[in-house]
Amino acid sequence: MYVKVSFKLNGEDVTVDVEPNEILLDTLRLKLGIKSVKRGCERAECGACTVLLNGSPVYSCTLLTVQIDGKEVRTLEGIQDTPEVKALVSKFVEAGAVQCGFCTPGFIVTAYAMIKKGVEPTSENIKKALEGNICRCTGYKKIIDAVTKAIESVK
Amino acid sequence: MFYRIPKFNYYRASTLDEALDLVSSLNDFKVLAGGTDLVIDLKVRRYTVKNVVDISRIKELDYIADDGDRVRIGALTKLQSIADSPIIREKVPVLANAVREMASWQIRNIATIGGNLCNASPAADTAPPLYVLNATLRLVSKEGEREVPIAEFFLEPRKTALRSKELLKEIVIPHEPGCGASFLKLGRRNSFTLSVVAVATLVKVVENKFADVRIALNSVAPTPVRARKAEEYLKGKEVSLDNITEAAKLVLHDISPISDVRASAEYRKDMSVVLTRDSLIKSLERIGIKV
Repeated sequence: MYVKVSFKLNGEDVTVDVEPNEILLDTLRLKLGIKSVKRGCERAECGACTVLLNGSPVYSCTLLTVQIDGKEVRTLEGIQDTPEVKALVSKFVEAGAVQCGFCTPGFIVTAYAMIKKGVEPTSENIKKALEGNICRCTGYKKIIDAVTKAIESVK
Repeated sequence: MFYRIPKFNYYRASTLDEALDLVSSLNDFKVLAGGTDLVIDLKVRRYTVKNVVDISRIKELDYIADDGDRVRIGALTKLQSIADSPIIREKVPVLANAVREMASWQIRNIATIGGNLCNASPAADTAPPLYVLNATLRLVSKEGEREVPIAEFFLEPRKTALRSKELLKEIVIPHEPGCGASFLKLGRRNSFTLSVVAVATLVKVVENKFADVRIALNSVAPTPVRARKAEEYLKGKEVSLDNITEAAKLVLHDISPISDVRASAEYRKDMSVVLTRDSLIKSLERIGIKV
């Protein structure tokens, strides 16, 4: 059983034929060449596969591709030229918030969504927004510092 | 790829009527609301099903309505919408507080309140607040609608009072002004965590005596439970720290925790008593009473 699924990916209309048991993570990585979306835990715990669905961060590892028919998906590839992401990337580098880098796209996408939603950038709010992203290298402090500085710089 | 989801047939409903048609004509199916539990359960083979009915697009079940004397929440309302809702924050803040502590932002953006209830995990965090708020669930099938009090909805782990051709339509919460309520959750860490135990309490005080007390806990029995013994002990008694401390110990009569990967039974028992006491104190604070 194949299902035709059409959605907007980073501003462009795409249509894919998928089996109902295919997850969005696989559609993005294997069919559409989107490699910023990382395969981490595959069970909604680590945040490495975070994408924006109609502007809100979600895990692509626990979304069936059939669920996103008619919706809008954005990945890091689609937002990398925005001032918010440029600021996040440079502050991540400056603060040393990137070590192995595997979790970084997920963190940037989630932090971008937080900035876009206008969440007040207190340390508490930043921690709350990023609670669904795991980093096993940095200890988080540098990530929170980087996000705080990025928000200040785009104000 | 570590996980492979076994194949299934996919059906999508756009309206409640279509969904009821599907669930009354299909056998061996699971309903997908947000899928944040179901997709993982399919991956780890907790369930293997022939058919999946996707109801996530039924817009008519995604709402938060304030009727004055009650608040109604559509079954497909997302957890993040509940946490952010000015109606929920004002009328039933205890539910907003509980939902805010559930899962992560990414999951709350997809997961629904109906899914959390129908999945019937003993650790469902929407349950304790809805228990103490005396919420009613409106269930619907092609034969009609019926109402079930939330305390009668959970039968055992992963099993509810829903009949096979029935769907959860909405959650109805009576608005009781003058009550104080609070929710406390203990997990293995502070955020994005399952409950080791969570407690919700609600108190009503008249002339420094407990006029009404409701206590509910999750993760310490096969289903979320009310702590009736402790509630009865406090009703009519004077508001004092001694009485609250005594009552909190009585929750042990209504719980039967197990040891699992998150905590031992003994720890859960001890923490149930502590959290019940602390939650009662906090609920009193909400109506301006310090003990």
